[in-house]
Amino acid sequence: MKVVIMGCGRVGARLASLLDTDGHTVTVLDNDTYSFRRLPPTFGGTALFGNGIDEEALKRAGIEEADVFVALTQGDNRNVMSCQIAKHIFNVPRVVCRIYDPLREEMYSALGLETISPTKVFAQLLKEKLEG
Amino acid sequence: MYIIVVGGGRLGYYLLKALLNEGHEVLLLEKDARICRNIIEEMGSVCYRGDGCEAATLAEVGTGRADMMVAVTGDDEDNLVACQVAKHKYNVPRTIARIRNPQNATLFKKLGIDVTVSTTDIILEAIEREVPTHPLTHLLTIEEKGQVIVDVKISPESTTVGKAVKELSLPKESRLVLVIPSEGNTHVPSRNTVLRAGDQIIAVTTPESKEALRAALRGV
Repeated sequence: MKVVIMGCGRVGARLASLLDTDGHTVTVLDNDTYSFRRLPPTFGGTALFGNGIDEEALKRAGIEEADVFVALTQGDNRNVMSCQIAKHIFNVPRVVCRIYDPLREEMYSALGLETISPTKVFAQLLKEKLEG
Repeated sequence: MYIIVVGGGRLGYYLLKALLNEGHEVLLLEKDARICRNIIEEMGSVCYRGDGCEAATLAEVGTGRADMMVAVTGDDEDNLVACQVAKHKYNVPRTIARIRNPQNATLFKKLGIDVTVSTTDIILEAIEREVPTHPLTHLLTIEEKGQVIVDVKISPESTTVGKAVKELSLPKESRLVLVIPSEGNTHVPSRNTVLRAGDQIIAVTTPESKEALRAALRGV
């Protein structure tokens, strides 16, 4: 499948690399080219400079043909906005949004976005580890 | 009316002041403690320190009874989220978002924001108005009607100089409202009004017919 990832931080770079290894077509978008250092030398996808809340940048990243869009920047609001662009403007079939703030995550999940709150997931995981 | 303003930059500051002067109940949400302190010192307890995108902050300031939310931070994404949280979690009836990227107007409308104000567009239009060679200037958008009010300047080179209004093939959605000649009195044009060089014509049209109107009024 064709995947566009916004944000080449630790998680973004790792996800890009994993999907690339599995043979998917991956494009990573970041507004700081220095972030691309995190991609392994073997990475066969595309690393593209651009702002993921800008429709033109998303088009350059090939969002019109993408099967999946994942937003992984540090900013919850940027992730939320780019995911809504992907879903409502470009009709990407699957859109996944990282939202740190659990309250915001619940709301956007209720509004129909596929969301993950690392805060919630990790706290739960730690709790189970400590109690179990 | 209870109005919540998000973002205490220059725009938020003057908006807060203006709304308070009109006698509304206004609360400004601002993340920066120093800005908050300054505003409270100057205007009293009309500023609350917090993130306007966070549901918890909005709960504390009683967003549920707010009549309007105006988000005027410098970041489009923050304004979008503040308005969406207000709308979907607290049912605020009217949300207004400032946008810097004019392209976002369509997206925000689609996502349920009631009004967007593009500061970039407003500044561009104001500058265009001051560029004397610009033949068509956009004056006002009447959004509910899908109409715009424009100003077309007739220059000495316009091939329509000396022609009457009825001889022009104006787009049918367009109405000429006012003629401001370079000399003499401003008047309402009729079918027999003759165009003269230096005339400034105020017209109502649709965004799509703007260019056709300009061409009809100025010739080539």
